[in-house]
Amino acid sequence: MSDETTTGIDNRKLLMWVFLGSDCMFFASLIGTYLIYKGTGNLDIGPVDVFDIPTTSVSTFVLLMSSMSMVFAYAYLVRNNINAFRIWMVSTIIMGATFLGFQVFEFSEFYFHYDLSPQTNLFGTTFYALTGTHGLHVTVGVVWLAIIFYSSLFRNSVSAETNLDLDLAALYWHFVDIVWIVIFAVVYLFGTFPGFPS
Amino acid sequence: MVSNKNNKTKKSGSHDHNHPEPITYFKVAMALVALTALEVVVFYFEWLGYAIIPVMAILSIGKFGIVVMYYMHLKFDEKLLTYVFMSGLILAVVVIMWLMALFGWFN
Amino acid sequence: MTSIPLKLPFKLNLSRPTNPTGVMDWITTIDHKKIGILYGVTAFIMFITGGIEALLIRTQLAGPELKIVAPDVYNQLFTMHATTMIFLGVMPLSAAFFNYIIPLQIGARDVAFPRLNAFSYWTFLFGALIMKSSWFLGGSPNAGWFGYAPITTTTFNPGNGIDFWIVGLQVLGIASLAASFNFIVTIINMRAPGLSFMRLPLFTWMTFITAILLVLAFPVITVALIELMLDRTFDFNFFNTKAGANPLLWQHLFWIFGHPEVYILILPAMGIVSEILPTFSKKPVFGYAAMVLAAAFIAFMGWLVWSHHMFTTGLGPIANSVFTITTMLIAVPTGVKMFNWLGTMWGGDIEFNTPVLFSVGFLSMFLIGGISGVMHSFSASDYQQQDTYFIVAHIHYVLFGGAIFAIFAGIYYWFPKFTGRMYDEKLGKQNFWLMFIGQNITFFPMHFVGMQGMPRRIFTYDSEMGWAFWNGVESFAAYVVAFGVLLFIINMIKSWISGPKADGDPWDGRTLEWSISSPPPVYNFLDVPKVESLDDFWHKKQKKNKSVKSKTNPKSIHLPQASYWPMLVSLGLAIAGYGIIYNLVVCGIGLAMVLVTVCAWSWEPVNEPDAH
Ligand SMILES: [Cu+2]
Repeated sequence: MSDETTTGIDNRKLLMWVFLGSDCMFFASLIGTYLIYKGTGNLDIGPVDVFDIPTTSVSTFVLLMSSMSMVFAYAYLVRNNINAFRIWMVSTIIMGATFLGFQVFEFSEFYFHYDLSPQTNLFGTTFYALTGTHGLHVTVGVVWLAIIFYSSLFRNSVSAETNLDLDLAALYWHFVDIVWIVIFAVVYLFGTFPGFPS
Repeated sequence: MVSNKNNKTKKSGSHDHNHPEPITYFKVAMALVALTALEVVVFYFEWLGYAIIPVMAILSIGKFGIVVMYYMHLKFDEKLLTYVFMSGLILAVVVIMWLMALFGWFN
Repeated sequence: MTSIPLKLPFKLNLSRPTNPTGVMDWITTIDHKKIGILYGVTAFIMFITGGIEALLIRTQLAGPELKIVAPDVYNQLFTMHATTMIFLGVMPLSAAFFNYIIPLQIGARDVAFPRLNAFSYWTFLFGALIMKSSWFLGGSPNAGWFGYAPITTTTFNPGNGIDFWIVGLQVLGIASLAASFNFIVTIINMRAPGLSFMRLPLFTWMTFITAILLVLAFPVITVALIELMLDRTFDFNFFNTKAGANPLLWQHLFWIFGHPEVYILILPAMGIVSEILPTFSKKPVFGYAAMVLAAAFIAFMGWLVWSHHMFTTGLGPIANSVFTITTMLIAVPTGVKMFNWLGTMWGGDIEFNTPVLFSVGFLSMFLIGGISGVMHSFSASDYQQQDTYFIVAHIHYVLFGGAIFAIFAGIYYWFPKFTGRMYDEKLGKQNFWLMFIGQNITFFPMHFVGMQGMPRRIFTYDSEMGWAFWNGVESFAAYVVAFGVLLFIINMIKSWISGPKADGDPWDGRTLEWSISSPPPVYNFLDVPKVESLDDFWHKKQKKNKSVKSKTNPKSIHLPQASYWPMLVSLGLAIAGYGIIYNLVVCGIGLAMVLVTVCAWSWEPVNEPDAH
């Protein structure tokens, strides 16, 4: 592993940031598609009918807290406090999984109670595709964190010296969090705001 | 990776002091919670009308910004990383805004 | 061949290859030079298949009302020809140069992520195989290289062809993205001491800009492809006009990617020519900083012009005017580059060998293609040209006369570096003249028939239309081009086996790759060079510095070791890809394989501590 580079920035960290910059274009295209189709096609069922802002606020809160838990895990790892690191890792993973649980609950609620499927209308198509893709990103993050946790338990390969491994996963995790910040505002809050003149 | 032993170097292994203290993390978390709560409260101010859009945008950008600066520690890292990320982010916003304009979004 | 068992948490005991030989060596190699050669050879084979498709198209169009291929086969031919040439030909041929040349030009021992580099190659190979295998698995994609939805939805296109296209492009996209991440990090972080950005060789600069464009453009097409895949596989409504979908959505997303893509195709070619002309004019490149800035401006403006592909879709006069102006603006930095190339040659002591001939061919052909490009950048005039053979002429002048000529120039130029042998100059010149004359007779008359109204993508035409004469001429000349390419292949094979030996610096080169032996040793540079100026190597030669014998022992240089995992991760992706087309369970198996192999990869140390 080279710790000596032209700019002094670690290669992998630079790679991660280039990837995140690139992923911005990815999510922008998905959000763009959602907005372009907003309010078009069959409007029998739309955001106002299905979204439940209090529930989604709770899941948003959980994801934000998982980000905090993530940075605590990292802070303890660099201080070589492996036990505290593990506790915060578990808490991050659980909160990530809880967020996914909320999403599964939300999707099934929409599907079974409101009869909203991706096939129903353009809202269904774009909503499930956008939030589903975000959910897949969260899933990848949970798996990634779980693998690091597994490595710390059984492979003894996680320590303060290898903190960059965790730092990279954490960058990804926070990125997924900020994408949700945008989705929450643009899709959920704007989608159901009662004050818009109709 | 391949080592280029003779490169002009700056040590990069020691990036724990590139990171803030846990108490900062906690304060940041509280700020995030407060901003999210504010978002949800503002959401019930029906009288805002279209003014909700800039209000919500400022709140979300605020949340976005502090996560990127503190949790993703761009504030403490080399500036190059900020440029890399911002170029992707700004291009994404500009292109999508223009695309939405073409679909008549701002008429 | 000794091997070290790799400890894994699951029972999968693949030994790490330590000194593999033969086929195993090529499968597990992570040496950027070998990967470059793999890229080059694979992409060239794909280029040949795309050429065969082109010849079939030209044969069918040689006369009016011919029935050599059926109309539906014809649709598949033009779709596959374009897709092949763009994604399996020009892009990976450029990638071959990136791989081989960039680490040498920046004085590095390898790229930043050697295993990721191997992964890029294997993923490209499997993506190419997925795409090409469609010919044998029930028919190829048939909706044009831009695959406009809704015509690519199952309603209008129920066969498997489009699915191969979607999956193939996504796998190829992963390969290109991985490679671009790698080259961005390599160029930022692996430069030799003193090699500041404004001392970088222009080819490295163009690669850098290309890689940035690619990482920003490919996510957009990825989203479009995912949306189309969801429509086709799970009945989503993105492009279902019955549900109110807007048919322009695909066109916008595709061209937001598509216009930067044309710079992804041409910037590496410009970089190659910018290396060759100074070397053989024995002068530094004219206006180095202007060259860099012009390319950066082209790359930036490339994001603001995409709707010039959609002038006739009814965007309205304001949008059309704006996109006309932004598009015309790009002619300015392109003109700057053109003048700088001429300025480089002006008054130079030029030696007209094969690389220079191809480079000058590039300048003249790209100029003609550029001028016809400015013609249809004007939206009013584009109404006349849209979807006619005029556009076909334009695109082939910039991509065949432009990109391919520059790539051939680059292959000749660096051939001694790649192989340690000289190519045959006489055959090379014959190759150039056949291709140059052939390409002009093939593509120039397309301007005429295009203006007479001959549409693109028609499988035949009526004899009354008056297009028969020029079409016959074009088809004949296409075979002249093919014969030129055949001479090239003969030259390459013959020279690689038995050409005269070339030393490290046969051209009196200016950049670092010429400062080491041909072909370069595995470790590239015994001592990492120290750079003090632009064209540092050339300046040092002028000062006649006696090169001090290095005391570094080659055995003390630690290089990353070969690995199976990159290839296996790619294989998992390929299985998942076929799974999307045929069976989602298989897709799951493929993804599981990706997960397992990625873990194994990340747990494998870059260098086994006990192996040297
Ligand atoms: Cu264009």
